[in-house]
Amino acid sequence: MPTLDLPHLQKLCTQIRRDIVRQVYNCQSGHPGGSLGCTELFVALYFHLMKRNPGFNMEGKGEDLFFLSNGHISPAWYATLARAGYFDVKELATFRQINSRLQGHPATHEHLPGVRVASGSLGQGLSVAIGAALSKKLNKDPHTVYVLMGDGEQQEGQVWEASMFAAHHKVDNLIATIDYNGQQIDGPVDQVMSLKNLKAKWESFGWTVLECNGNNLPELITTMEKAKSLLGQGKPVLNLMKTVMGYGVDFMMGSHKWHGVAPNEEEFKKAMSQLEETMGDF
Amino acid sequence: MVKFTANEKKDTRSGFGVGLHELGKQNPNVVALCADLLGSLKMDAFKKDFPERFFQVGIAEANMMGLAAGLATGGKIPFTGTFANFSTGRVYDQIRQSIAYSEKNVKICASHAGLTLGEDGATHQILEDIGMMKMLPGMTVVVPADYEQTRVATIALASHVGPAYLRFGRPAWPIFTTGRPFTIGKADRMIEGKDVTLFACGHMVWQAIEAESILADKGISAEVINVHTIKPLDVETILASANKTGCVVTCEEHQINGGLGDSVAQCLSRFHPVPVEMIAVNDSFGESGKPLDLLKKYGLSPENIVKAAEKAISRKK
Repeated sequence: MPTLDLPHLQKLCTQIRRDIVRQVYNCQSGHPGGSLGCTELFVALYFHLMKRNPGFNMEGKGEDLFFLSNGHISPAWYATLARAGYFDVKELATFRQINSRLQGHPATHEHLPGVRVASGSLGQGLSVAIGAALSKKLNKDPHTVYVLMGDGEQQEGQVWEASMFAAHHKVDNLIATIDYNGQQIDGPVDQVMSLKNLKAKWESFGWTVLECNGNNLPELITTMEKAKSLLGQGKPVLNLMKTVMGYGVDFMMGSHKWHGVAPNEEEFKKAMSQLEETMGDF
Repeated sequence: MVKFTANEKKDTRSGFGVGLHELGKQNPNVVALCADLLGSLKMDAFKKDFPERFFQVGIAEANMMGLAAGLATGGKIPFTGTFANFSTGRVYDQIRQSIAYSEKNVKICASHAGLTLGEDGATHQILEDIGMMKMLPGMTVVVPADYEQTRVATIALASHVGPAYLRFGRPAWPIFTTGRPFTIGKADRMIEGKDVTLFACGHMVWQAIEAESILADKGISAEVINVHTIKPLDVETILASANKTGCVVTCEEHQINGGLGDSVAQCLSRFHPVPVEMIAVNDSFGESGKPLDLLKKYGLSPENIVKAAEKAISRKK
């Protein structure tokens, strides 16, 4: 793991937030809310926590892997992958446009480096990540598999099938994170379909559960490092990560209204004025 | 003239079990997953000899498809095993997104397909699976005819790169393909004829062979072709035979919509229109009963194939 350079990681967060808003504004389509809320996690994973090999190899032997289950927050992932060198940041300008590798929801079909499975239809990513983790065990590859899910996504039954499996089969080379922002398309999660005590649910399914503020970078990194230290002990680990949807852009924060809406020109300018350009826009 | 006899009967699912076990010995990348139907799918031997490569997933088919996609991402060749109903309709979106669209090398192995599942009835007798699976871009669809062909097809799928659906069944059924060549995508002309072609898949290949014998007694020369691969369809063999005989009958244990008949009719209407009759379930669900009684009730008996062949011939100009 590289030495922790918090100022650099903070700059990345700001730039990636600019990239997110710009991508969505450019095509007037996409999901800024969850993307902005999860930016710290992407930065922490790709620029600090994950062991990554140069280039992109689908099988990912000898490196850590990341799967995005809530594929609609693709703008955050694409910006992170570009800033991490998987493809040119200029390609972010093609997001959601015809003939682009940057599909609305992540896909392997166009061979975008960094993406290992399509996601978008919710509830499927944890299963895929567990399969990849089993593959690593069979290959005697000691690296870690990470997966991110949404909190609304917890309403999908397949998540719980996968949760049960991972605990039963002791898939202890896996760290799952839930973006616990409390919002989904139709409103607050508590009103749409309450998850009740989500921590207790996962613990009762046999997982080790940690909690953190996902918009506090040092706290997030400390929690994820703790999660890593708990691997190899016969239990999968979950990070229940509290975030604020739309974090970093004041008028997008904390409301489900910005789940899947693009800013207009005025809103775009306002958002940009709140996010410092630290590494050059695409 | 080749004559096929039914001296020995075995279930096609046992052919899968034996093929999978052989693959376990041959290829260390082959892994197997099962959703609480180990005995029904005959996966016991694989589990016993390769326990580290076998994953019991419980009654959670959606998760099984996702796990398989993940295992394939890591370079494994996963074979999933459950009933055909739970292998397709129940998990269609998981297959579509995580396997087909993601181009994962997963082999979806589906037993107890069709009416011949028998007494369990219509809830389990899926008759729409070939249609659903063949519509997915990049999906290979194989429907072997007997125990031996299911064994050989299972082994062949491990070296075929890409997502595939293997459909087989429950009842003991005549074994008649022993020693015949098997290539994915290459239909097998079992019996040569000149008056009508019977294109069949799965259990219905044997029904077509029986029908051919009845037709021969009536002085009608029928060609029998085992179209064990529905997708990619062996267009060349189909066109050559239709060109020769001038009319065809398709035979399948599936809905009339979406299956082998649809594929053959589409091919012929585009490239060589000839009269086509279809032996299939006519837009209805099945019911409980003995396999052969059900095939008869739903119009899938050799006698029905004979009638369809005579009708097809009568429609020739």
